[in-house]
Amino acid sequence: MIEIKDIKKGFGDKEILKGVSATMESGKVNLIIGASGSGKTVMMKCIVGLMEVDSGTILYNQQDFTAMNAQEKKNVRQEIGMLFQGSALFDSMTVEQNVMFPLDMFGKGSYKEKKKRVMECLERVNLEDAARRFPAEISGGMKKRVGIARAIVLNPKYLFCDEPNSGLDPQTSLLIDKLIKELTTEYNITTVINTHDMNTVMESGDHIIYMYQGQKQWEGSNEEIIFSKDERLNDFIFASDFLRDAKEMRQMEMFRDKNWRDRLKSGQPPAK
Amino acid sequence: MEFRFFYHFGAYLLMLKGMFSKPENPRMYWKQFMQQCVDIGVGSLGIVFIISLFMGGVTTLQTAYQLVSPIIPKATIAQITRDTIILEFAPTLTSIVLAGVVGSKIASELGNMRISEQIDALEIMGINTKGYLVMPKILGALLTIPCLVVVAGFLGIWGGKEAGVLSGIISNDEFIQGLRQELKVYNIFFALSKAYTFAFIISSVSAYYGYNVKGGALEIGKASTTAVVVSCVLILFADYALSAILL
Repeated sequence: MIEIKDIKKGFGDKEILKGVSATMESGKVNLIIGASGSGKTVMMKCIVGLMEVDSGTILYNQQDFTAMNAQEKKNVRQEIGMLFQGSALFDSMTVEQNVMFPLDMFGKGSYKEKKKRVMECLERVNLEDAARRFPAEISGGMKKRVGIARAIVLNPKYLFCDEPNSGLDPQTSLLIDKLIKELTTEYNITTVINTHDMNTVMESGDHIIYMYQGQKQWEGSNEEIIFSKDERLNDFIFASDFLRDAKEMRQMEMFRDKNWRDRLKSGQPPAK
Repeated sequence: MEFRFFYHFGAYLLMLKGMFSKPENPRMYWKQFMQQCVDIGVGSLGIVFIISLFMGGVTTLQTAYQLVSPIIPKATIAQITRDTIILEFAPTLTSIVLAGVVGSKIASELGNMRISEQIDALEIMGINTKGYLVMPKILGALLTIPCLVVVAGFLGIWGGKEAGVLSGIISNDEFIQGLRQELKVYNIFFALSKAYTFAFIISSVSAYYGYNVKGGALEIGKASTTAVVVSCVLILFADYALSAILL
């Protein structure tokens, strides 16, 4: 579990994060959404330690990350896997070598054991046939999947994904969402996704944090978002006529299910 | 990148300080170091070979052109060629060329890694990126550039001899005799001192500009150019300073 408490971050005179607090639970897909410039990328970079916060605390399993020394931070980081927007694969290495890299650097065991683990991860993302290819020789969707395989190879406790669907077609995008969701429940990982993609919000968002101008504007689940009265959130999520119609249809569907509130509380999906 | 001397100098020193930490896996650091030795050393052999030969040849021809007096023995041409190459051309000219070849490669490689978030990916894994990416480059340059300077010295003198003999200015025996006249071993020590200093400048300055790239592809090009220009200027400053101190 990750808890952030009143974190603030600014650059010069400009305050980007104005005291954000949130809790991200393990085994759930936690989404950070918001318009460009709302501070979601800065927030994610602060949580993973790529940026120092000006004030506030970040707790990884009740341990204060902001108060840790360099070595302690390193230890926490070894429990973090991250999928970057551009995949951030090492150009000079093959797909297999990219996934092997964290194991080579931190993993113990023989080459055979490491290779077995790499092939397991590549099979998990359906890329076992691309093991010998270089990043320049594979598609954007495949790169994202290699990025996921590299992120999970050390069995992380926390998985961060920065815009995992950017630049992907809707079908591949859904495939990536499904994969991340499955891995989150399979390994009981605390997953944090920074996204603009409304499909991800509606399909995978167990817990959603909506950021507006550096502050947390709304928090809830993908079922609660359907009934939210927050105007800013509705304007952002249901921006087009098509999406507004889809929202109304989903609301009607959910109202037909008399016990939707109880189902929601118990974590069950609504009856169709 | 605008010119703010103290800001850049401070950040440069912090980068150097940040390199020193316990390696996460010494075997991976060693692998990276060997890779850099191959990239910097073997990768630059071709250009060093070409410039050294012509540098030596031109030095012999131009020295002979200026020494027209019949009372000066022809062996003096070889002596002047030898000292010019050892004292100045092999360390300085080779380093200036290497600042272009190696410096731009280091800056653009690290710049590309920064822009494509590969450095962030390494940081997230808990790797000291300054130690893993920058230090092997500096150590690789410190090991291979002085070797390249020695190679450049030998090739330059050999090129000078061949140019002199082929053009009929000086005989083979006279050239060999000139090479043996008043050889100061201190000159070789001085050339190597310069080579180590220049190797450090080329690798560390280029790594600094590459590591700190911000923006997009255009900035990688700018960082690469800045790295080469700053390295060349610093090499010339250091060349003067070392000559004033050590000679």
